[in-house]
Amino acid sequence: MSVRRIMGTETEFGISVQGQPHANPMVASTRLVNAYASSTLKARRARWDFEEESPLRDARGFDMAREVADPTQLTDEDLGLANVILTNGARLYVDHAHPEYSTPECTNPLDIVKWDKAGELIALDACRFASVPTDADIVLYKNNTDNKGASYGSHENYLMRRSTPFGDIVRHLTPFFVSRQVITGAGRVGIGQDGRGDGFQLTSRADFFEVEVGLETTLKRPIINTRDEPHADPEKYRRLHVIIGDANLAEISTYLKVGTTSLVLAMIEDRYLTADLSVRQPVMSLRAVSHDPTLGHLLEIDGRTLTAVQLQWEYFHQATAYVAERYGVDVDVQTKDVLARWESVLTRLERDPMECATELDWVAKLKLLNSYRDRDGLEWNDAKLHLIDLQYSDLRPEKGLYNRLVKLGQIKRLLDDESVIAAMHDPPEDTRAYFRGRCLDKYSDSIAAASWDSVIFDLPGYESLQRVPTIDPMRGSKAHVGPLLDRSPTALALFEALTR
Amino acid sequence: MAQEQKQPRKSQETDEPADAAPAGQEAVAERKEQLDEDIDAILGEIDDVLETNAEDFVKSFIQKGGE
Repeated sequence: MSVRRIMGTETEFGISVQGQPHANPMVASTRLVNAYASSTLKARRARWDFEEESPLRDARGFDMAREVADPTQLTDEDLGLANVILTNGARLYVDHAHPEYSTPECTNPLDIVKWDKAGELIALDACRFASVPTDADIVLYKNNTDNKGASYGSHENYLMRRSTPFGDIVRHLTPFFVSRQVITGAGRVGIGQDGRGDGFQLTSRADFFEVEVGLETTLKRPIINTRDEPHADPEKYRRLHVIIGDANLAEISTYLKVGTTSLVLAMIEDRYLTADLSVRQPVMSLRAVSHDPTLGHLLEIDGRTLTAVQLQWEYFHQATAYVAERYGVDVDVQTKDVLARWESVLTRLERDPMECATELDWVAKLKLLNSYRDRDGLEWNDAKLHLIDLQYSDLRPEKGLYNRLVKLGQIKRLLDDESVIAAMHDPPEDTRAYFRGRCLDKYSDSIAAASWDSVIFDLPGYESLQRVPTIDPMRGSKAHVGPLLDRSPTALALFEALTR
Repeated sequence: MAQEQKQPRKSQETDEPADAAPAGQEAVAERKEQLDEDIDAILGEIDDVLETNAEDFVKSFIQKGGE
């Protein structure tokens, strides 16, 4: 495989009710999701179908007992919190105390960027729909910490072959995750979980990771998460749930994050990686890399010492050789592009990280912060620098500093506005998200519920609800069901054609 | 390891052209001045949208954990 595979991202947004720091975040999040649903979705609102969820399934082959699980791990219990499926195939819901957006299933990194960015616009619309003259405005932030000890996630999901031993994933992916921060970091002012230490670090998440491997996501966070709900045939697939990433705003950061990770997973699946790049003390090393924006921290690897950039070069060279061997000149455009950008970014990070200020979040943020420090003589503990860090991730185009920097031509993009706006409504055409999204758009009155692996119809003439499973993420694409959807005027006609 | 395949380098976005040879100290100074002006202009724009009272604003951003 290449950079292409079934994947998706999840973003928990920071939420703030203006002027009311102690407002109940669940109430505010619910208000947002409901406002978006009632303003955009047609008559009936399909609920989420939890039947196939198993958040306590461990990739190592056992289930955690419900009674020993922390209540925050029981994500399958419908707490009556808002939870809707959108016509673009995505899910918008309330998770604990945050609004969360999950992209539809995509097959390539650029589509991830597109539907991830569409999620920002959807969240922003939700804020607008929820704002009423009598109530305070709600503002969302695409970040990962309040710098007071709380962290919330932005996760990546990659569908992998079940036959790949989990030990191989742990062995080869841990050093990759320790080092990829130099590309994927969102940047953060403050050191330590509560951000009280003075300084700037590459990522917002490194300080919240405490163990190497585990099932938890809310406490004792692991570098490699073992949650295993494939939402696909479990005999064939596992879903690798990656919780260590930062919420990225820069399109090139997100693109390289999922593109390079997908390539490394392909090499693991094909047993191509043989060298042992295990980093001594990965959890400590993860933080040490994050805490050194000069990128000079030396990692201990099998008797050698390498910087994180040099460790990334090891993966890059392997990936280049792998792609050349497997595909030669027939390599697909995105795989070629990911490799070229990966090489270019590593070259410049090694020379002077500031050369990546128009592409990578952490560098763009650091450049802005340094400009303020130079001009105003600010120390790292200055509240203004903390404000810049926070406001970088404000989703509003007029207030968010990432968005301002884009407007000022300081950050490059991969996509134009039109394609991202279209992705707020349209599903990807090459996965089952197409079937889900089109059904919700065309037959909303007849859909009782849906989830990643099902669409449940409420049809005239049928006493019970009819569940159409969509267990194969590659089926239900436009090529597969587009003509059928086009010629079925009603859900009943569609269902009868499908089950005939 | 197999030899590296040469990738055609994308020039459109990521790769800045290498700096042209400086045409003397003056040009360098001029460019630096221009750069400083650009940065000042950007900071000016950012100043306009930054929330007022940074300390209170940052203090009042309180979240619960998630995931």
